[in-house]
Amino acid sequence: MTDLAKIRNFSIVAHIDHGKSTLADRLIQETGTVQDRDMKEQLLDAMDIERERGITIKANTVRIDYVADDGEAYVLNLIDTPGHVDFAYEVSRSMQAVEGSLLVVDSTQGVEAQTLANVYQAIEADHEIVPVLNKIDLPASDCDRVAEQIEDVIGIDASDAIHVSAKTGVGIHETLEAIVNRLPAPKGDRDAPLKAMLVDSWYDAYLGVIVLVRIVDGVLKKGDRIRMMSTNAVYPVERIGVFRPAMQVIDELGPGEIGFLTASIKQVRDTRVGDTITHEKKGCEKPLPGFKPAQPVVFCGLFPVDNAEFEDLRTAIEKLSLNDASFSSEMETSAALGFGFRCGFLGLLHLEVIRDRLEREYGIELITTAPSVVYHVHMRDGEVRELHNPADMPDLTHVDHIEEPRIKATILVPDEYLGDVLKLCQDRRGIQLDLTYAGSRAMVVYDLPLNEVVFDFYDRLKSVTKGYASFDYQMIGYREDHLVKMQILVNEEPVDALSVMVHRDRAETRGRAMVEKLKELIPRHMFKIPIQAAVGGRVVARETLSAMRKDVTAKCYGGDATRKRKLLDKQKAGKKKMRQFGKVEIPQQAFISALKMDD
Amino acid sequence: MTEDWQNAGFGLYVHWPFCQSLCPYCDFNSYVAASIDQRQWEEAYVREIKRLAAETGPRVLSTVFFGGGTPSLMAPETVHAILDAVRTAWPMANDAEITLEANPGSVEAGRFRGYREAGVNRVSMGVQALNDEDLKRLGRLHGVAEARAAFDVARSTFDRVSFDLIYARQHQTVDQWAAELREALSMAIDHLSLYQLTIEQGTAFGDRYDAGRLRGLPPEDDAAEMYERTQEICAAAGMPAYEISNHARPGAESRHNLLYWRYGDYAGIGPGAHGRLTLNGRRFATETHLQPGKWLDAQRSTGSGESLREEISPADQAVEYLLMGLRISEGISLERLHALDPNALNINKYNDLIYSGLIEAAGRQLRVTGKGRPLLNAILRELLSED
Ligand SMILES: Nc1nc2c(ncn2[C@@H]2O[C@H](COP(=O)(O)OP(=O)(O)O)[C@@H](O)[C@H]2O)c(=O)[nH]1
Ligand SMILES: C[S@@+](CC[C@H](N)C(=O)[O-])C[C@H]1O[C@@H](n2cnc3c(N)ncnc32)[C@H](O)[C@@H]1O
Ligand code: SF4
Ligand SMILES: [Mg+2]
Repeated sequence: MTDLAKIRNFSIVAHIDHGKSTLADRLIQETGTVQDRDMKEQLLDAMDIERERGITIKANTVRIDYVADDGEAYVLNLIDTPGHVDFAYEVSRSMQAVEGSLLVVDSTQGVEAQTLANVYQAIEADHEIVPVLNKIDLPASDCDRVAEQIEDVIGIDASDAIHVSAKTGVGIHETLEAIVNRLPAPKGDRDAPLKAMLVDSWYDAYLGVIVLVRIVDGVLKKGDRIRMMSTNAVYPVERIGVFRPAMQVIDELGPGEIGFLTASIKQVRDTRVGDTITHEKKGCEKPLPGFKPAQPVVFCGLFPVDNAEFEDLRTAIEKLSLNDASFSSEMETSAALGFGFRCGFLGLLHLEVIRDRLEREYGIELITTAPSVVYHVHMRDGEVRELHNPADMPDLTHVDHIEEPRIKATILVPDEYLGDVLKLCQDRRGIQLDLTYAGSRAMVVYDLPLNEVVFDFYDRLKSVTKGYASFDYQMIGYREDHLVKMQILVNEEPVDALSVMVHRDRAETRGRAMVEKLKELIPRHMFKIPIQAAVGGRVVARETLSAMRKDVTAKCYGGDATRKRKLLDKQKAGKKKMRQFGKVEIPQQAFISALKMDD
Repeated sequence: MTEDWQNAGFGLYVHWPFCQSLCPYCDFNSYVAASIDQRQWEEAYVREIKRLAAETGPRVLSTVFFGGGTPSLMAPETVHAILDAVRTAWPMANDAEITLEANPGSVEAGRFRGYREAGVNRVSMGVQALNDEDLKRLGRLHGVAEARAAFDVARSTFDRVSFDLIYARQHQTVDQWAAELREALSMAIDHLSLYQLTIEQGTAFGDRYDAGRLRGLPPEDDAAEMYERTQEICAAAGMPAYEISNHARPGAESRHNLLYWRYGDYAGIGPGAHGRLTLNGRRFATETHLQPGKWLDAQRSTGSGESLREEISPADQAVEYLLMGLRISEGISLERLHALDPNALNINKYNDLIYSGLIEAAGRQLRVTGKGRPLLNAILRELLSED
């Protein structure tokens, strides 16, 4: 157990690509926590997808031993948090487990939207914050300007910000000293009853569920019988340990320490993030405030391209949800797509990550249907239904009104693109809440419907601003609006997997965009195919895909019948990637691509 | 009995793999060689003929086809020696068709008489285009005037002369093609092959196309219209299509090509030649080594140029029969198809296609209609689809 005064717990907050993972690597390396030969880039980004995409998805921790210039040995616990908005919730709960933050800002870029969103969470958690200006090795680095911006926009003192190059190692020692000298030690009472916060949990094939805890008061030992205060479930503790970043078993964890326990817990769902853990006997009286569980906000259908793979998909989804309580799934059947699952996600990145993992780790090719947010459908009889799938929209005669989720979006953008950003937000039914300037950049705050953002807002934003805007959002609640279900009919038949909820005033534009897209995406057939968008039986947009006119091999390859057979097999393989709707074959990627707007 | 496999006959294909230079659109098995020892080649071909004759026994041979590459680079003596060996190996039909593909250059024309003396009775000339600029674009070594002169020599030497044109070329309009086609018809005797330009992977055109630098190709709708106009114009001139890309006055069809499309038996010799042979009641696909050097070495050291011989299951034969047979206007025999594989066709799709007027069944023959012909690949995909 470590003396409270010798512990520092901290997180790193940063906009994506500002160098959070690289800085963490350097801190780990500089202190000799990991031998140089074991060092690989982005140590804390464990999953392949994390490493490939360069994003952190789950919170990770590492315990670092550091002998400071004052000659004392300190224990530094770093919790690395995801930067993407989809996982903002993970950030907020990790923040509760530490006392301070390093605010990393790329000194060639300055403050971005995620910097703001994350630093506000740190401020809310009462963190001491140490600004770190990174990438000073680059010629475009401008520390004075960025320090000034931090003071202007965030309102914290940046006069003694640390100048760092996580790449070359400059400033790493100073950063470690600042962690020791400027961040507060945790408080806690060793003799009080055990009070520990359940920060996160995940499934490990060998050890079962691993629970990440922060001890507030008391001492946790191997063999203790612990109680989850929200469920009253009791477990005997089998193992206690810390991450360096590999797991290392130790005997006990005391106040202020961060580590893990295992206790034959079968499922991640048996643990509630934010729960308070205490001893079965002589437990603490009052639980910690806790947090509410993350709710999926985006839903879509996942169907195997090959119907025979349904059972494989079921198994894969079960395995993935073992580890991810925020990912929900429910069986779904579609007339056209067969058996599949309706799945809920924290956001689109989360959706993509899960879909990629299903395809890559489990080798299942998937059709993804149009993502939808959760609507509240108020029925005339007073019942309120949650609508996850436009195909389930109840008969309108029984519906009183519909509410949709709204978000508060913060966008930072160089002045020259402001006009385009305002237009984009306006087109997406946004309500401007604020427009201020941070240095040469505008900061706009909009109230936007989530359903206008979920799909391709971020892509559009990147393209209209050439990548110079940054974006972050938070959910702000539900509001009534004129929402209608729009159906897509291909060759006169409705394709349920393409139904979407849209605002009445946007139906025509969206419908037009969708039918035009589909006209490009669906290959010509031997007959002409009408493609229509309809709202309540009224066609709002229509295109006709003309019949294929020519598909024939002109040349004769002499007696090479084998070649002709191979050609046919190739064409047939292409056909497998299609789904049959009546007489029409729709390529699988059409279900997602049809929704992307080029406006 | 054995001589006439399923009534489609028996033929021999001889592949000559060399060309003067390589055309940028062409993916046939062709090579440019600095020098060719024609004696060695002649001997290898003759040994291949003897090898195959020993296997097939005395079947009546109805056609021989010298294809390439550019067979008109062969010395007349080489052709003569090969045909002598053929005549010794198999009894020849009285009206046997012996075709040689020729490039329309003046040098080639000088050899025509020799070919006739060797026994060739039909030539097929690769004229390709009737304007000089397009011939240059196609990488051809001859101009229009030279091609016409060679054609005149050919028609005064042989009873049967056909020529090939490639259309839907870069920057070609529908009307330009129609005019060129009328001009071609005024030259033609009784047979024409009219191929839409196909961009093949691995050719110079293929590479340029992939890089987005093959400009001016007619859009799909124009290409479709060119095909339709071709059918109309040729039919009106008395040379209807008897196959997707082949037109003839009735009775003047290429019998060798009909043999392929009727899915008959043929032996293939020379680099990269394919064969379909019935031996002891089983049907085989044969292939030979592609590389000329490799083929020659293998032939000399092992006595055979074959690289593959594979029995074709009746179900696969059914597929091949359809793929080949639906290309011709006479279509296929449903009886013969049924005997190979009673479940070859997807019945639902079959009925749909009949209903849409893309295929028709009459007198137990299944044929693709004029409306369906430009969609043949799509039709085949449907007919052979599993669901
Ligand atoms: N030149 C330079 N590049 C850096 C520095 N720190 C990080 N990078 C690079 O910036 C990119 C993003 O860094 P990363 O640590 O993944 O950022 P994260 O998204 O905040 O975790 C990577 O390509 C790093 O190699 C630095 O100090 N100097
Ligand atoms: C074996 S090739 C050529 C015979 C001879 N060497 C010649 O070039 O005249 C037979 C015919 O196929 C046609 N052909 C070759 N490549 C083609 C392509 N890529 N697209 C369309 N037709 C092609 C040409 O018309 C050619 O005459
Ligand atoms: S088109 Fe004829 S001449 Fe040209 S490369 Fe092909 S085979 Fe040789
Ligand atoms: Mg990272």
